[in-house]
Amino acid sequence: MVHSSRRGVLTALVVSAFAATLAQPAAAQSQTPTQIQWWHAMAGPLGEKLEKLAADFNATQGEYKIVPVFKGTYPEAMTGAIAAFRAKQHPAIVQVFEVGTATMMSAKGAIYPTYKLMADAGEPFDPKAYLPAVTGYYTDTGGNMLSFPFNSSTPILYVNKDLFRKAGLDPETPPKTWPEVEAAALKVQAAGVPCGFTTQWPSWVNVENLSAWHNVPVGTLENGLGGTATRLTIANPLTQKHWEALARWQKTKIYDYGGRQSKADPKFFSGECAMSIGSSAARAGILANSKFELGYGMMPYWPDVQGAPQNAIIGGATLWVLTGRPAEEYKGVAKFFGYLSRPEVQAWWHQNTGYLPITQAAYDLSRAQGFYEKNPGTDVSIRQMTLKAPTANSKGLRFGNFLQIRDVIEEELEATLAGQKTPQAALAAAEARGNEQLRAFEKANP
Amino acid sequence: MQAKRVTFPGKITPYLLLLPQVAVTLVFFVWPAGEALVSSLFAQDAFGLGSTFVGLANFAALLRDPAYLEAVGVSFLFAFCVTVLAMGLGLLFAAAADALGKAAGLYQVLLVWPYAVAPAVAGVLWLFMFDPSVGMIARALRTMGLSWNHMLDGGQALTLVILAAAWKQVSYNFLFFYAGLRAIPQGALEAAALDGAGPFQRFRHIVLPLLAPTTFFLLVVNLTYAFFDTFGIIHATTGGGPGRATTILVYKVFRDGFEGLDLGGSSAQSVVLLVIVVALTALQFRHIEHKVSY
Repeated sequence: MVHSSRRGVLTALVVSAFAATLAQPAAAQSQTPTQIQWWHAMAGPLGEKLEKLAADFNATQGEYKIVPVFKGTYPEAMTGAIAAFRAKQHPAIVQVFEVGTATMMSAKGAIYPTYKLMADAGEPFDPKAYLPAVTGYYTDTGGNMLSFPFNSSTPILYVNKDLFRKAGLDPETPPKTWPEVEAAALKVQAAGVPCGFTTQWPSWVNVENLSAWHNVPVGTLENGLGGTATRLTIANPLTQKHWEALARWQKTKIYDYGGRQSKADPKFFSGECAMSIGSSAARAGILANSKFELGYGMMPYWPDVQGAPQNAIIGGATLWVLTGRPAEEYKGVAKFFGYLSRPEVQAWWHQNTGYLPITQAAYDLSRAQGFYEKNPGTDVSIRQMTLKAPTANSKGLRFGNFLQIRDVIEEELEATLAGQKTPQAALAAAEARGNEQLRAFEKANP
Repeated sequence: MQAKRVTFPGKITPYLLLLPQVAVTLVFFVWPAGEALVSSLFAQDAFGLGSTFVGLANFAALLRDPAYLEAVGVSFLFAFCVTVLAMGLGLLFAAAADALGKAAGLYQVLLVWPYAVAPAVAGVLWLFMFDPSVGMIARALRTMGLSWNHMLDGGQALTLVILAAAWKQVSYNFLFFYAGLRAIPQGALEAAALDGAGPFQRFRHIVLPLLAPTTFFLLVVNLTYAFFDTFGIIHATTGGGPGRATTILVYKVFRDGFEGLDLGGSSAQSVVLLVIVVALTALQFRHIEHKVSY
């Protein structure tokens, strides 16, 4: 089965690569620009914005042509690129979500590190211009940037202001702490709303960011940034307390679980739940799919944890460059990355998608343009990221086989919410099963 | 008297005629199966940059993995329910259509439709009906006092994928049962009726035995369908969750191999899956086919 499905993917890859080549209009200029394939996982409005970035870059010069190719979900784009690499049919650039970072980093022969690419091409590149909370994920222990930060997001609190008003709550002051969330949920429920709040991306919100936000480690060795010999430490009092609250709230729908990834969205869009904690990049989708007035707040925290809130960590994706393409393509990739780093390009991307401005200059420019004043609440994500200087517990995470580990965490969370397991037992099981994944990764990537 | 054997004069023609089938089998079955067998003995990184021979370690790891053993249980429960439901309903509809006689045409067309629907589309269709927030059926159930949330309740999720998978297969079963029923000689039934056998007795003692070859064939087809072909439905509706409630073996192969990039472990799983189905089929042909009267 694996083989036949992989073969199917390969065929699809070859066909789509071929179709992409055919789709190019005959070059009007005397010289044909070098084509550079960029595989990505951005559908809908986000995909349109991404294609505009590529078109704008292509219009600035005639030597290179970036060709964006949509490859499905994040896991599909990544595994598709890997399968293509094995078949030597891969693109120069592939967008990989943060969960795949450890896999990409350990594939040394397959990856052309970004810092090296920029140096080889003589393209100006200053890693310090990027926000440390973003680059921490993607740099090696020597501080070298391995992939190009492109679209990073962080979970924020979304509020249905109309329902808040109906319940007699102040729509301009979203709840700040978890007890305040509970109190607000009880009030909206008393006003006839079935559910208080829901969450996207269960593990990202209820384990990974929960921990960073309270300055508690998810694993040893600086959450895996320090090496592959890391162990998970998620069966800790903070996470247990949080899961106990969620399980208790699930019974009366103060919290209502809506599934993995962004499957919970309909609950918030339809007004079934008054609040949602989800990616900052979900803003465009919510605005497009709902009729109520939308408010923004920071992630809630547990007030009895000393020093909380700390700072949030990111999700989203970066651009990885794969080896084995003709040399002139890499010159074009470096030029393209240089283009993407420009403050005005970054600021445009940030303002139109909800992703973080990943350079300080883009943030400053957005502020100078008055974007945050015109769109109150849109700076919540960046304020969350830069609330305090990142600690070893809040720089980021990098675990091998993290895709499977997230599955494990979400399976155990679901068992907890369904009342089949106590939070304590579920977290212990998630930690043990996650550690097995880490050891397997260590063995496969010595 | 010896039966005369029909032989073709040419030496090459029969082999040429056989060639396409052999080629298809080699390319689409023997080669992938062989590759699965080989890669199940190796630990490999995702990019294929290096691989280590680990012998049977991938298989040993499977047996130690409670999640895998759970998937075995879920698979058999799932396959059993899908087969019983799809075949039961198929037979019921076929008997009803048969009783209608000539007026059965429209009924027949309507019943065959689900088979033309792609598995992923079928999954999404059922997902829309049962979506806890916006699904029609979920809402109706709620007004009847039953809270439906298959994102959280494993039993409900399994019920949902069984219904969706069975719904898609009913058409196929219906067609074969219907054809089988039409082929039953009317004379035998009339004779039984003259002897005083009621409708149920005629069905039990004449129709069912005469349908046995069809039933046996469908049993194998349905089990294989439930084991191998329901991936799309599960991927579109529940993604194997909540927890691991709807992770059947073939879905686990996909998750571990395609998403998790654990090619060795996933190949070991597909080898086991292959063995299970070969064994199942062999067992049935040996022991059940003997009892089937033609």
